[in-house]
Amino acid sequence: MTKFTFPQSIKSRPIYGTLEAREGAAHLLVADAHGAEAILDVATPEMMAKAHIIYIPKGQEFEDRLRALKPASFYSGPSYSAAEPRLHKTLADARMGLQVYLTGTEGLMGQAMNAAMAAGIPHTAIQTEHRGSVARRMQCVHCKGITEDVETDPFVCSHCGLNLFVRDHYSRRLAAYQGVCIDAEDPGNVPESKGIYE
Amino acid sequence: MTIQFNDESFRDDYSFYNSERAIKRFPFPFHEDSYMYSVNMEQHRGGPKDSVYEKRFDVDEHYVSEMRDRALVLADDPLRCQSLPHMTLAGWDLLELIMVSKSEDYPDLFELHRDGNTWRWINKPLGIDDTFTFLDEATLPYGPMEYITRQAQGDFAVLDQRDDNLWMDAGMVTTQADWSLDFDIGMNFFEWHAPVPLAHEKGIFVRALKFLLNIQQGAPARRLNWTMTVNPLLDTSPENYHKWGIQKTTLTPENIGAKQHLRVELQTFFRLPRSNALVFPIRCYLCSFQDLMTVPKWGRRLHRVVRDLPVELATYKGFIANRPMMLDYLKNFDDGLPTSPGIWPDLESEPPLKT
Repeated sequence: MTKFTFPQSIKSRPIYGTLEAREGAAHLLVADAHGAEAILDVATPEMMAKAHIIYIPKGQEFEDRLRALKPASFYSGPSYSAAEPRLHKTLADARMGLQVYLTGTEGLMGQAMNAAMAAGIPHTAIQTEHRGSVARRMQCVHCKGITEDVETDPFVCSHCGLNLFVRDHYSRRLAAYQGVCIDAEDPGNVPESKGIYE
Repeated sequence: MTIQFNDESFRDDYSFYNSERAIKRFPFPFHEDSYMYSVNMEQHRGGPKDSVYEKRFDVDEHYVSEMRDRALVLADDPLRCQSLPHMTLAGWDLLELIMVSKSEDYPDLFELHRDGNTWRWINKPLGIDDTFTFLDEATLPYGPMEYITRQAQGDFAVLDQRDDNLWMDAGMVTTQADWSLDFDIGMNFFEWHAPVPLAHEKGIFVRALKFLLNIQQGAPARRLNWTMTVNPLLDTSPENYHKWGIQKTTLTPENIGAKQHLRVELQTFFRLPRSNALVFPIRCYLCSFQDLMTVPKWGRRLHRVVRDLPVELATYKGFIANRPMMLDYLKNFDDGLPTSPGIWPDLESEPPLKT
């Protein structure tokens, strides 16, 4: 199951849609893991003729199918941070009329959206579609360290080691949810971890 | 009158105290015997003599010590003061607003001498005498917002206005009720208020935003907000929550009167002239339960408000666990007599506690 219906939440939490092909002078599609499926769903030959796909497989086997779409430019890389120089260059070179499509995990979409916003594209003009893992990119409010791909609540900060609970409060600027110490008022009393939406 | 500045601390030994004058002018936030969210805005155009409403930026006996505490917080965590690049002009607007207001409202404490863009600012309580060029950042030791808010009590959120919304794009936040500027910077009005329970459903934020977007130059507004804090700790930040959270468990029936503080925010809103930004000063006042109980009306009312507050609000404000102990203490100051409307202490007209 790569599509997930998120429960209703607070107003800082991002809401994702379904990608749709839009008219554009060029198309930038950034995806990780199962986000490839959303690209396969939305791609048209006209779009692909002007498309640049940046893909981070994270162990998923979609690369050949994406290449078969014959995008004008295709990149597959080992991690988001490895893809960043290419993404920033692409955005810096972008002209009016670029359409941006982000799909896959929340962490990937959030970070790529940040890069697009820094390049001057309003976040409301960027399409997103969640696919695959519901893991979150979390910032520890105490040490400020980011822990990627957090699947359980509570979790241990990978930087300072505090036990953090997973809030729905989300910062677009940090592309992260907020993690707050869960046992500050009763040190050591940490409830058993469970999946974030369990 | 000349203010005697306290030498006190808001951490470690907590030597903070309120003089009798400070208690009488404490901005008690409940105008009736119950509390629910509302868009409780009013014009900020003065108020009763010596009240916290009287001046545009209230300066009180805690000024010097609060500024010392702010410097300690900033040395420990510079991320408490941030300004996105497009907010510098708003910072100058804010500097001007505070300097003009304080020098006019407290001429014995602050002086501003302007000769074109060459400004001389004298802050006597803090021993500052600086000459700088207005709108030239290189002539100040900090950015304009940081410079002036290191000399002004309360937190400051500087909000950019665009797309029919307000954006938290700059701020100085060291005396906050558990929210993080570093996390919230760049968010719009609905996003940074997202964690507040009940109020979204009641339409509070939609109406409040509409009001705030229309605030005009020279017509500032204000409201009060409140929460509870154990010990007179100004820096109840999420950043340091893993250090101060434990203090909530140190209340006992014996120490609650001295340790439990009502924390009140006087929130004001000023339109800034050049940037069209809105500055949102959030001034924190602390008062211990035992000091509040010296005002009979407040004793009666605080008991009723805390007793009847919805569970969601007591949880959000962080005192649900301590509420039973609070009520055990507060009930001794509620004799069931009616209370007069409004927030003022009404010491002359309200009857003493019936024992």
